[in-house]
Amino acid sequence: MKVTMRVNGTERSGNVEPRVLLVDYLRSNLALTGTHVGCDTSSCGACTVLLDGEPVKSCTLLAVQVEGREIKTVEGIAQGGALAPIQVGFHEEHGLQCGFCTPGMMLVGAALLERNPNPTDDEIRWAISGNICRCTGYVNIVKAVQHAAKLTSGKEAAAVAGGTE
Amino acid sequence: MSSTMHMHGGIGESIKRKEDARFLRGKGNYVDDFVLPNMSHMAILRSPHAHARIKSIDTAAASAKPGVIAVVTGELMAQHKLAWMPTMSGDTQAVLATDKVRFQGQEVAAVIAETKAQAEDARDLIMVDYEILAAVTSPDGAKAEGAALIRDDKEGQKDNHIYHWESGDQATTQAAFAKAHKVVRLHTFYPRCHPAPLETCGCIADVNPVTGKATIYMTSQAPHAIRTVFALVTGLPEQQIRIISPDLGGGFGNKVPVYPGYVVATAASLLLGRPVKWIEDRNENLISTGFARDYHMTGDLAVDKDGKMLALRVHLDSDNGAFFADAQPSKFKAGLFHIVTGSYDIPTAHVTADGYYTNKAPGGVAYRCSFRVTEASYLIERLVSNAAFELGMDQAEFRKKNFIQPEQFPYTSATGWVYDSGDYPKAMDVALDKLGYDELKKDVQARRKKGEVTGIGIASFTEVVGAGHGAEFDILGLRMFDSAELRVHPTGKAILKLGVKSQGQGHETTFAQIVAEELGIPAQDVIVEEGDTDHTPYGLGTYASRSTPVAGAATAMVSRKLREKARKLAAHLLEAAEEDLVWERGKFYVKGSPERSKTIQEAAFAAYTNLPEGMEPGLEGVTYYDPPNMTFPFGTYAVVVDIDKGTGQVKVKRMVAVDDCGVRINPMIVEGQIQGGLTEGYGIAFMQLITFDAEGNCIGSNFMDYLIPGAWETPKFEIGETTTPSPHHPLGAKGVGESPTVGSPAAYVNAVIDALSPYGITNIDMPVTSDKVWAALRSKGVTE
Repeated sequence: MKVTMRVNGTERSGNVEPRVLLVDYLRSNLALTGTHVGCDTSSCGACTVLLDGEPVKSCTLLAVQVEGREIKTVEGIAQGGALAPIQVGFHEEHGLQCGFCTPGMMLVGAALLERNPNPTDDEIRWAISGNICRCTGYVNIVKAVQHAAKLTSGKEAAAVAGGTE
Repeated sequence: MSSTMHMHGGIGESIKRKEDARFLRGKGNYVDDFVLPNMSHMAILRSPHAHARIKSIDTAAASAKPGVIAVVTGELMAQHKLAWMPTMSGDTQAVLATDKVRFQGQEVAAVIAETKAQAEDARDLIMVDYEILAAVTSPDGAKAEGAALIRDDKEGQKDNHIYHWESGDQATTQAAFAKAHKVVRLHTFYPRCHPAPLETCGCIADVNPVTGKATIYMTSQAPHAIRTVFALVTGLPEQQIRIISPDLGGGFGNKVPVYPGYVVATAASLLLGRPVKWIEDRNENLISTGFARDYHMTGDLAVDKDGKMLALRVHLDSDNGAFFADAQPSKFKAGLFHIVTGSYDIPTAHVTADGYYTNKAPGGVAYRCSFRVTEASYLIERLVSNAAFELGMDQAEFRKKNFIQPEQFPYTSATGWVYDSGDYPKAMDVALDKLGYDELKKDVQARRKKGEVTGIGIASFTEVVGAGHGAEFDILGLRMFDSAELRVHPTGKAILKLGVKSQGQGHETTFAQIVAEELGIPAQDVIVEEGDTDHTPYGLGTYASRSTPVAGAATAMVSRKLREKARKLAAHLLEAAEEDLVWERGKFYVKGSPERSKTIQEAAFAAYTNLPEGMEPGLEGVTYYDPPNMTFPFGTYAVVVDIDKGTGQVKVKRMVAVDDCGVRINPMIVEGQIQGGLTEGYGIAFMQLITFDAEGNCIGSNFMDYLIPGAWETPKFEIGETTTPSPHHPLGAKGVGESPTVGSPAAYVNAVIDALSPYGITNIDMPVTSDKVWAALRSKGVTE
């Protein structure tokens, strides 16, 4: 079957068997290997991507279900050459160790900050509760998302301040 | 990109991690990310039965499927003498079953096809005719009269007993027990769990049909040792084997052994002349690869009338699964379990262990643990708290009364360990202060009077990590040293190559910091390479918290070696005598004339451009480090729990962890290790369980049944530290990655038992789930 979707801002088309999972399509057909497979039962969240801005587990979707829709993967987070606030947050707060859960964690964190720019720690914990980390635990991941929230609101504040001049 | 790029990055600086850059952009290189030209895919058929005789295997339908290149059975492997392979504990393990299957999930056949989907489709068409046999699922079952004989393949094996092993002194221990005022007994089962790194195991075997070179990309924590094992197993010459262990998505011991899938993929690549990729799914990972624990332990502690410990007697039955494949040093059948006297000055001890075959997966890996130290620490810390409860003594006071005191180090334990250093009372004081222990105890008493169920648990663990020295510790005869090769380029930048292999521990940062400290080259200018056996010096790998104790020491020593050559070069440049030069991190200056100096970079340039007469060019070196002793990290962990009487639910109110791992090279990374380990410790204590029904079906075979802690249920940890340097490590450092999983399970369970002890409840085995707590309360009439 032919399938067309926007991936990280670019339209991508391909022919796939109907049974192909979105995660396999992204990894094998589009060579976007930053999206990982950790469990096959949608329990771990290593395969998380954003579908029209909302986190979804790409091991639980068929590629053909995404026809005409917008996907963002970890490879699409950075803005140009610069790291996005969520990436800076994970680096500065040591929010990753082996890096396997990190793409999913960052995408969930970024999506949370889109709708809730100033989350509480518990709101972050709830948001990432569908994603498992085996190395880092969650304290530094929560800090990483908070760090990104501060960077984002700092930038907005700076932009507002700049606008009033 | 980093806020710490400008820092020198010496020891004690929390610089940000160098390896983060690729992971943050989704550009890590995990084994499943590699695609080789003409690569084929392998799927493994596994046994649905725990114990069954194979009557026949029909591969015709599978072979006929489109895309199928080959179907491999045990019979084919046997023709190449590869149906069985040696294990790390001196036993044999089936690669593909020929006679019987001995656990659910055992490898029976493999399909190699053009795509993964084609391989899996064809696998499902292989027909195996089994004659089902009775399954043995516990040591008691293995011992029972008339129990099925699991290892009928082994000549002379008449029952399911594997080994008997002892440590300590039986006679003196018996004599001490005879004089005891009181003997406290604890029988506890540390259940089977699984390390479950988020990335499963897998490989790509690429045997070049022209050169014969076998390049194997493999999820391995110990690539060099694996290369040697592969050479011994397959008969391939060792220089023709290259193991590349790329980025690993966690390991925790799960990626130490050689698994049948690696061997079959390599054999298939050799036969087909094409690369073969095999990647486990989660179910395969949980049911077939290295599990942990499964120890049934009984401890007796003898105390005198003043509460002084007199002797310890321990027996354990070990459930080793269908093949004795524990990953551990050769001479220790129960790993380093004989560290079981823990942090206490116990004059005499006697430990006995018996291992049994069962129809369960083999493995026995040290899951975030130094070879069964976790089980030992759990037993002694549970037993000590139970003894305190039984004696009516305070848990902390009882421990303090019996701690090995700071002035007793180096301390020789009753089972022969020489503890290098420690200050146990101090770590405990810091933990109790942080907790506000005295106030908290009053609060617990007051709340108990109101009928609430609440308690405090303490564990003061001691670990033994950083194997060797090599005379005592080996894997299949390979001494447990490690290595570091350091090359300083003409411009003063460096590459450090190690025999260990990070799985997320941050080696690319930590080891660069050791060079930064010892050779003065900023950490940002040092890249660290690991995991490619053609390009790194031989080492035994990363597990059992040995990287910093062993490879970290090797890195310090090779840096010092190069610093001495740099001194000669600086002396030449300054036209001064070597002994007149003073080293200050990053440069040499002439004593009394600090303005006359040469930087390490200038000395490095001279090594290639302007040498003293007769000196060998270059600034490179390699050091193999065989440590004189293990390191002994320790700490005190304390936990406060509330228990809901109606539901049995345990709420962890507080968790304080004070660790002493000696000198911390990168405190941020050390604390990250502790936070992560505490999360896993919580999972082990309350959630993670691999169990089996009477037929040997694995319960806990996926992440819906094998529960891993997430952000919502994981408690918030309060961490603290003390610093007692290791006297024999060149930097004073000890290992740390496993302390939290070693120390915390007993602290959690002790808190639960403290809460339940007023009702006469003395033990609940892990995982401490609500239903078990509720049943215990109900049995005492506390709840309905």
